Amino acid sequence: MVDSKHQWKAWLYLLPAIILLLIFTVWPIFNTVRMAFTVYWDAEAPAGFDEDGMQLCDENGNPLWGKYQGYTISKDLGNKKLADDDPAKVKFEFGLDNFIHVLTYDGFWTIMKNTVILCVLTVPLSTFLALLIAVCLNAIKPLQRVLQTIFFLPYVTNSIAIGMVFAAMFNIVGVNTTDVAASTSVGIVNTVLMVFGLDPINWINQGSTYWANIAVMVIYIVWNALPFKILILLGGLQSVNKQYYDAAKIDSTPKWRVFTRITVPLLSPMIAYVVITGFIGGFKEYTSIVGIFGEKMQPPGAAVGVPVLQTMVGYIYDNLGNAEGVASAAALLLFVLIFAVTLVNLGVSKKKTHY
Amino acid sequence: MKVELRNLTKIFPSRNKKAGGEVIAVNDFTFTIPDGKLVGLLGPSGCGKSTTLYMISGLQKPSSGQIFFGEEDVTTLSPENRGVGLVFQNYALYPHMTVKQNILFPLQNLKGKDKMTKEEMLERAYEAAKLVQIDELMDRKPSELSGGQQQRVAIARALVKMPRVLLLDEPLSNLDARLRLQTREEIRRIQKETGITTVFVTHDQEEAMSISDMIVVMKLGVVQQVGAPQEVYDDPANLFVAKFLGTPPINVFKGRVAGGKLYLAENAVLDVPGVEDREVFVGIRPEGFNLDPEGPMVCDLKNVEVMGRDMSVVCEHPASVNPLVRAIINSDNKVDLSKAKVSYSLKPHKVFIFDAETENRIRF
Repeated sequence: MVDSKHQWKAWLYLLPAIILLLIFTVWPIFNTVRMAFTVYWDAEAPAGFDEDGMQLCDENGNPLWGKYQGYTISKDLGNKKLADDDPAKVKFEFGLDNFIHVLTYDGFWTIMKNTVILCVLTVPLSTFLALLIAVCLNAIKPLQRVLQTIFFLPYVTNSIAIGMVFAAMFNIVGVNTTDVAASTSVGIVNTVLMVFGLDPINWINQGSTYWANIAVMVIYIVWNALPFKILILLGGLQSVNKQYYDAAKIDSTPKWRVFTRITVPLLSPMIAYVVITGFIGGFKEYTSIVGIFGEKMQPPGAAVGVPVLQTMVGYIYDNLGNAEGVASAAALLLFVLIFAVTLVNLGVSKKKTHY
Repeated sequence: MKVELRNLTKIFPSRNKKAGGEVIAVNDFTFTIPDGKLVGLLGPSGCGKSTTLYMISGLQKPSSGQIFFGEEDVTTLSPENRGVGLVFQNYALYPHMTVKQNILFPLQNLKGKDKMTKEEMLERAYEAAKLVQIDELMDRKPSELSGGQQQRVAIARALVKMPRVLLLDEPLSNLDARLRLQTREEIRRIQKETGITTVFVTHDQEEAMSISDMIVVMKLGVVQQVGAPQEVYDDPANLFVAKFLGTPPINVFKGRVAGGKLYLAENAVLDVPGVEDREVFVGIRPEGFNLDPEGPMVCDLKNVEVMGRDMSVVCEHPASVNPLVRAIINSDNKVDLSKAKVSYSLKPHKVFIFDAETENRIRF
């Protein structure tokens, strides 16, 4: 314990960090919570339009008044003109309306579906591949550093840039995007497919199927997630006492059994870590989709409305600027979801993990 | 199973190729370990004893030379196929498995005709566990065991597949003094009960002497002497071996042989018939001194440490290489501390003389 007389010094040294944390972490979190629970409305503004573009009306067909910041809601104020200083004109209310709005959002189940599909496909796949690559990397001596660097490159590359490259790779190049059938030349992936005598697939262009889109996203996300996972797992592998492997050798253990009975259990803390962070990343998927499909988060020409590849973060961004309350509520809901999934993850890994 | 090492050599290439300087860890080691014996490889750190052990296990490949198990040349055989049991210095128990799973692990790897049923495996595992007295701890994890218990689990794991040769790498180095005494007896007992040819590595001469049938003293990759512990102690081949064995360590003096007499600082202390006149190193075991008022060897008395049955008389002598000379005397004798000098006569069979140049033993 520091001498209490000199404690102010310690606080002084901590001050820059504390100030920055207060401004950029604590205040935004506090603000998010505040905004999520605040319903703000201007009684004189028209209630506006619902998602289908219909003006909000009461049951008699009269337009409703009172525009909540955050979103429009039908709330009958009796169409009274209010004086400027009337406290009812601009009003803040504590309420759960923002949350209800998120949960009743048409696209909510699209978001859940996309999130679950992406998580379920990418987390195991990327973890397994990362484990495989890490074990292989760990087993070779020459070029290990070079390969390690190559595998790490995606991590230090901007994901939007990678997304654009992927978009080009999966694209149907040199074709009017409104007329896929007229395509004559294709992206590199389709070129390779055609070399093997397979039909080119419309991955991301107009008219592409949901599952083609998802396939591209899975490939992109897995590839993008590999470096971090390889790094963690390789670090874990290199810290495993070599004597366990010597002992296994002496005991004539087949290679596969060494992997399943020794390597994987000893790596289990790292595996649990990459799985948990993988799920968290999966719930926060956004830039990868924007990188490939653009801000619309769906292939060109898809129907207006909820984007096919909408995610929670995408929804949050959509609402930023005009409906901060909804964005905040969505952010909090996302936090709760991630928290719950992480708890489940920890619960499962506790049984399977050896620390 | 007899284990034979023929001209075994291990050279580690230098890390820095330009600087050169490869390390010869083991140099031309030839030795036969008789069937069913417990052999201790003994030497200071860096003498190549562990490297020798790892070459026997197959985890390291010899640079040249051959290894035979019985009549079979196993030099190029991988460790998987040698059928050895190895107890690592820090045991290398799989931390995520229980004691039972650890012991079962080698059995579950058996293939072909050696393959066992679950019941057979369990039976064997419990047999091995009983042998090392850990059958009560089968469901614990290694982290829940004491050092001594872990060590016994490691031995059980090495023994359970009935290895042709059991190898132990510094098996007692992680144990406290009391446990070390107890465990070394245990190793002796287990080895006797199983009759498995056993090689163990240690830098602790007391440990090696107390339980080995034979000891091999090594220095810088070269074997110095091989023999039964008492034999090596009583008849060291060179100054290094004499200095390495024995607690308290042997007293070393600079001396001179002239006219069949051994001179220490101008005093003739012992007749050494048949030795040519020359400069020598003289080693005198602490128990090689007799208190004798008329004795030829006169030392400056410093201190007496009483240790019960014996006492340790600490004194100084001008010819001594070390600052102090220590003599172990039966405590029935009395040493008058008020006197400045103490005189000894020497027991000839506890006095060894070595050539001053080669440090090899000169017998008389």
